[in-house]
Amino acid sequence: MEQSDATAVAQVRAGNPDAFRVLVERHSRHVFRLTFRMTGNEHDAEDMVQETFLRAYRQLHRFDGRASFGTWVYRIATNCSLDLIRARKRREVQQPQVADEEGKEMAAAAVANDPTPERLAYSGELQELLRAALEQLSPMERTAFVLRHYEGMCIEDISRALGVHAGAAKHSVFRAVQKLRRALEPVMGPAK
Amino acid sequence: MKHLSEDDLVLYYYGERVPGVSAEEHLGSCAACRTSLESLRQTLDAMNSLAVPEPVENYETRVWQRVYPAIEAVEIRRRRWFDWMFGQRKWVLAGAMALIVMGAFMAGRISQKSQLKVAALSGQVRERILMVAVGEHLERSQMILIELANNETKGLVDISEQQVLAEDLVNENRLYRQVALKSGDKSVSNLLDELERVLLDIAHSPSKLDSAEFDDIRRRIEAEGILFKIRVVGSNLKARERGRVRQGQSKSL
Repeated sequence: MEQSDATAVAQVRAGNPDAFRVLVERHSRHVFRLTFRMTGNEHDAEDMVQETFLRAYRQLHRFDGRASFGTWVYRIATNCSLDLIRARKRREVQQPQVADEEGKEMAAAAVANDPTPERLAYSGELQELLRAALEQLSPMERTAFVLRHYEGMCIEDISRALGVHAGAAKHSVFRAVQKLRRALEPVMGPAK
Repeated sequence: MKHLSEDDLVLYYYGERVPGVSAEEHLGSCAACRTSLESLRQTLDAMNSLAVPEPVENYETRVWQRVYPAIEAVEIRRRRWFDWMFGQRKWVLAGAMALIVMGAFMAGRISQKSQLKVAALSGQVRERILMVAVGEHLERSQMILIELANNETKGLVDISEQQVLAEDLVNENRLYRQVALKSGDKSVSNLLDELERVLLDIAHSPSKLDSAEFDDIRRRIEAEGILFKIRVVGSNLKARERGRVRQGQSKSL
């Protein structure tokens, strides 16, 4: 019979670190999808998956079981990725010209040759454009958007995961959508 | 007729409650807002096509293989820490026992005097045990902070070891802070409050920091002046303890 998350957690707490394997194997794919959307690249996403499970293991004594282990570990993954993209933004601030130029070139390349949404949808160019659009968001906006749009979390849950007021979480989603619409205007047309 | 704002449409798209209006009703009768919603829907639906690479086969096993050595290292460090703590606790317990025996002896000697004096004495004994424990706690915290402050900052700095220790200290710290607060010792409870924030900061940082991030943590520790405060309160506790010992000796003479 498949072992439940709660049983595995209890076993780890009782001094059996091997029981943690069940939790890693059950949740790592979903955590990877989340960290990939947050960080935008495979290498960082892989690192964040490891960091998430290591942090979860070390903080397991704080897991009170009110939420499911999955929800708790995704929250850790969100915070790990948020830390990483914040650090990345800080580094980018130190070299703003290079990052800005690269972003513009990427967007320009993606919308070159009079593209139509239909054509782009089947090419890697749209992927590049979508990634570039996400890169323009602040760490908080990106996190709030990923949690709302891809993870389907409601504003209340996002605010709890990020430790901010519901109003702040909601406005981060609004700002993210505004920026994405502006960034995608060349292919989607202006907002009506 | 007042149209729905873009924010209202975003909420509607995600199935969240739109405050103050019935978006469904409005959209049924307003073509302009329906067009705006369609335009928003196109952009947000396009975001769904952002591909996520499918992890390799046996991905879960590979993640476990990479995580397991780090978990083992955590366990080894925890055991070492526990052994060290147990060694220290032995002395604290021995001290506490000695104080209780001494208290009982004193209580016996003054048994003719009122029960109130005995209660006051046991209160003093409890406070002394607490002060000894807090003093040791501050020393251990100081060790971690000094270790962090003196870390090499070339390349990535691994602070995972200090994080494990900081996490353990946070729990102890919380307990001591509450006791200090109850006993009305403001200087100690304020310091423990500040220390708790610094320890939490360390425990919640990423384990590997680049030099800029590490400098940031170091600057925050320095800005709080926490090391200086620990030294001051630590030496006050020692002075208080020495004073009590001298007082006890002069009384017994």
